[in-house]
Amino acid sequence: MKILVCITHVPDTTSKINFTDNNTKFDPNGVQFIIGPYDDYALARAIEIKESSGATVTVLNVGLAETEPTIRKALAIGADDAVRVNADPTDSLFVATQIADHAKANNYDLILMGRESIDYNSGVVHGLVGEMLGMPSISPVMKLELEGTTAKLAREIEGGKEYLEVSLPFVAGCQEPIAEWKIPNMRGIMSARTKPLAVVEPKAVDSGVKLQKFELPPAKGAVKMIAADNVAELVTLLKNEAKVI
Amino acid sequence: MAILVFVESAEGKIKKTSLEAVAYAHGMGGSVTAIALGATDAVELEALGKYGAQKVLHVADEKLNQGIIQAYASVLSKAMQDENADVLVLAGSTLGTPVAARVAAKTGASLASNVVELPDTSSGFVVKRSIYTGKAFARVELNNAKKVIGIKKNAAEVKEVGSPVSTTPYSVSLADADFATRITSSEKATGEVLLPEANIVVSGGRGMKGPEHWPILEDLAHTLHAATGCSKPVSDMGWRPHHEHVGQTGVKVAPQLYIAIGISGAIQHLAGVNSSKCIVVINKDADAPFFKAADYGIVGDAFEVLPKLTAALKAAK
Repeated sequence: MKILVCITHVPDTTSKINFTDNNTKFDPNGVQFIIGPYDDYALARAIEIKESSGATVTVLNVGLAETEPTIRKALAIGADDAVRVNADPTDSLFVATQIADHAKANNYDLILMGRESIDYNSGVVHGLVGEMLGMPSISPVMKLELEGTTAKLAREIEGGKEYLEVSLPFVAGCQEPIAEWKIPNMRGIMSARTKPLAVVEPKAVDSGVKLQKFELPPAKGAVKMIAADNVAELVTLLKNEAKVI
Repeated sequence: MAILVFVESAEGKIKKTSLEAVAYAHGMGGSVTAIALGATDAVELEALGKYGAQKVLHVADEKLNQGIIQAYASVLSKAMQDENADVLVLAGSTLGTPVAARVAAKTGASLASNVVELPDTSSGFVVKRSIYTGKAFARVELNNAKKVIGIKKNAAEVKEVGSPVSTTPYSVSLADADFATRITSSEKATGEVLLPEANIVVSGGRGMKGPEHWPILEDLAHTLHAATGCSKPVSDMGWRPHHEHVGQTGVKVAPQLYIAIGISGAIQHLAGVNSSKCIVVINKDADAPFFKAADYGIVGDAFEVLPKLTAALKAAK
């Protein structure tokens, strides 16, 4: 069993977002980077499968050299080896093309990733990769159990979930509660230093998508406090001022 | 410009988010063709004309009664071709977004999801996307001749702009590979307002002190025709089902009104609600960080404030 887990290197969820260069570049100043939380679920499930039934787990990241500490963390959590595609992940099609290109040459049984990255929030890379490889793609996946070469999955739908069956290989975009996040232990951290991390150059892509600029939302006005014994005033404000009821 | 709009239905009825997709397409100008897959109420389909569809295609194949990502992508790609559509518009739902990805890969379209307003076509074709989980926006040029656009809730306002149109049957021959994924069963909350679609959301956190106290929150939600949501700890502890979890790793909502009760306002929760138009926070801790993100706040005990608020809303009706 060969599993590929694609991870993103993204600002911690508590980060304040700022831009530089006339709002064309993300400002990494003071920002801590993490494995994308959804990708972390995918990785945790892959490691569980490895521990319960045996598998090799490869992690892939599309990113410049600065993402290597994030990749090493995935190795510390339990992945066996890693690939970094040496490029700035500009858009979904670019990233998906790099993943598909690597996967074509490596015959994975399972390709897992988060349902979306928490920076660009596109939520489309799993579908793009699936289509490029001619494999089913399923997202957002909340549960994944393997029975031989068949997988039983639960997928979130609006207001509930649906249960699916699919044969390997396939691509899944994962989310909680597919597995519990794993925290690397000291042995993992030590062994991660020497695990193989290959750096490959990207394939050129004409994605037809180009960033013009970033924008921050307008600043929020001050909160208007209402006394707890005067809820009628809140109702009036929601009706006449906010006009939302 | 020829625009195709994928409309989703639940129990035969067109989803509100899909009506917003039709309204969005209408707002773009050009010809608007809506397409529905699987069992959908005939009157609902014709009514799409009222919201801006000039033509409605219906694929009444019972194999498409369930939302199978690959099969849906095949049908929509073929329909884009047959209708000479330049743009496919759809609601960014748990089905719409994965389907959009495969359609874009099949058709070589420029792809953008989480789009929050109509495109700027004054020079090229530029869309505004929500990024960093609602903390910022990106303006992105879509340069390919074909485009696939997934819209976020509230990207367009549903308005009656026309009259009903008759439905045109449409069929596509699908391969076995399109049905490689088999949906065996599903469980779904019925009869309630669905969280991702709701105009008003009432959410509870740990301050509600236990699942047995939810009825007072549900009373408020019922009075407002609101959906109920919850914070991550509440869903983690199993007080409420996972599909009600609002936040960074749960459902991201964008209602007109979000009422948070007993939720402190961790950043991971705020990430799920920051697209709301108006936020009301009720918390007994005056220092709860959520107040900083709120429009209106009440410092008070949920068990006293909620019944009073419900009563005041009923009285104001």
